[in-house]
Amino acid sequence: MTIPKDKSEYRGVWVFLEARRGRMRDVSRQLLGVARRLAHDRGTSVAGVLPGHQVEPIAHEAIEYGADRVYLVEDPRLEPYTSRPFTKVMATLVRRYKPEIVLFGATKNGRDLGGRLHAVIETGLAADCVALVIDEDGNLDMIRPSFGGKSLAHILCRQHRPQMASARPNVFPIPPRQPGRSGEVVREEVSITDADMDTKVVKFEERRGHKGNPIEDARILVSGGYGLREPKNFVLLEELARELGGAVAASRKAVDAGWVPKDFQVGQTGRTVRPKLYIAVGISGAVQHLAGMQESEKILVINLDHKASMFEIADYGIVGDLFQVVPEMTRQLRARKSAVAVPVPM
Amino acid sequence: MASGPRSIVCIKQVPKAQELQVDPVTNTLKRVGVPSEINPPDRNALEMALRIKDEHGGEVFVLTMGPPVFTASLEEALAMGCDRAFLLTDRLLGGSDTVPTAHALSETIHKIGGYALIFCGEETTDASTGHVGPGIAGHLDHAQITYCSELTYRGGTVVGKRTVEDGYEWWECPTPCVVTVNFLSNKPRPPSITGKIRVKRGGLITTWSCADVGIDPGKVGIKNSPTIVAKVDTVQLPVRKAKIFRGNPREAVAQLLAAMAADGVLPG
Repeated sequence: MTIPKDKSEYRGVWVFLEARRGRMRDVSRQLLGVARRLAHDRGTSVAGVLPGHQVEPIAHEAIEYGADRVYLVEDPRLEPYTSRPFTKVMATLVRRYKPEIVLFGATKNGRDLGGRLHAVIETGLAADCVALVIDEDGNLDMIRPSFGGKSLAHILCRQHRPQMASARPNVFPIPPRQPGRSGEVVREEVSITDADMDTKVVKFEERRGHKGNPIEDARILVSGGYGLREPKNFVLLEELARELGGAVAASRKAVDAGWVPKDFQVGQTGRTVRPKLYIAVGISGAVQHLAGMQESEKILVINLDHKASMFEIADYGIVGDLFQVVPEMTRQLRARKSAVAVPVPM
Repeated sequence: MASGPRSIVCIKQVPKAQELQVDPVTNTLKRVGVPSEINPPDRNALEMALRIKDEHGGEVFVLTMGPPVFTASLEEALAMGCDRAFLLTDRLLGGSDTVPTAHALSETIHKIGGYALIFCGEETTDASTGHVGPGIAGHLDHAQITYCSELTYRGGTVVGKRTVEDGYEWWECPTPCVVTVNFLSNKPRPPSITGKIRVKRGGLITTWSCADVGIDPGKVGIKNSPTIVAKVDTVQLPVRKAKIFRGNPREAVAQLLAAMAADGVLPG
């Protein structure tokens, strides 16, 4: 690939459509929305690339979410995901059709694939973008948090094509589905050989106790930090979360201390969340933490230290001892609920 | 018993998380005079490799690419139990993004040779891309297991437990292969006293330039990196007008809930 003599040969915005056990991941839908906008600005079209086995319904769904065309590569060897055959499919199609832009979800498999692919076809790949726009020269301005979320870096890939970027789940909204939207499904042949199948997924174990990504899906998150002092104190947060119909999350310090599993970690090295309400309990507010939750609609901060930097981005705050405030809040919410359920005449 | 596998662990020296600062002139990370450490996930990679050696024998080499100050990290890795260390250092490498970095590390790994396993951390804390590990696998055309938390070596093949969003997958692949290791997946051993004495005696670190390895200068450095950082904006956090309550917890909570209910923030 490297540097094309004529960049204008490269046209179209592509989205790698990630299927997981027969369903399209939300991040792929989100990226179709982004791709529509970029394609409009470049005067071009949107294509999805869908490698998998028995995934044709997803191709039609992708059209309803904004793809004009879906390149469908079906092969029993493309289920489940492994690195080598997926890289081969993507590299082959990129060389065949020369897209200008390729977008990936920054999921485990999206990163596994993108990282391998960009080295094989020798082009740029910007990770974890939070904004993607076309600049005045027509290049893709790939904007990502850097230095622990203290700043935003604008990454450009001026000479190499395609320009590739990944975006974290839930950074972009899912565009509205348009039933009956027209587009074409193009079946592509890519030969997958025995040599491509050196890796086998010999076992899968679903994580018990929660489905999918609970903290990314929760509308209300009660998040605990080092201020909780001991793992057993997370019970206080669980009780509050239950009262609010929310879920529990944590800061990196609480995860590093071994109090809660890494799946619950919000922040630069954890997950990005944007709930309706984020309640930060005993979290001082390191920039790495803010990077993962500052898009929350409303933020409530409970902290003993009024100088905690968490308060700087708060909509609501209580300066006080969390061991008193949190149980009190649970109690009052419970009382409020029963008061609503059974109105007591005064 | 046959001798065990040779592992090569790629590590990076990064600024300590709390010390991250941007140079306002160059828009790059300030490295001079900033306390640095082994990239935390790379410690988990070192530990995984050392455990394979504990169980099966063989040897663990550690490799880094960067300025001579990165020697500090190599010395620490040696003191943890690595057998030899390699420093790839050359001004030609300055400003390399993930494509030339994966290229240069791959060429160096190829020159070292004789390996069965290549380890990296899942990502670095300063750049957070996670692209270099799979990039090396792509360059060298080896199998890869990313986001690995446990690895079983079976002589010629490995089985790695891989963390994905909805659970765990066990991937089996032949060696040589590249394994990127989950942050916090094990407890990295501290440097040992005997290890530190070995380092003091010297002779364990090999320093190479691009020419020593045979790296094409036209493939590395800022000029040959597909991506550039065009500019860096400081983050303007949205101004939120905080309603802060304090004092008696019962009253503070009551006031808070009333304010949140009035704003329509509370459900029900």
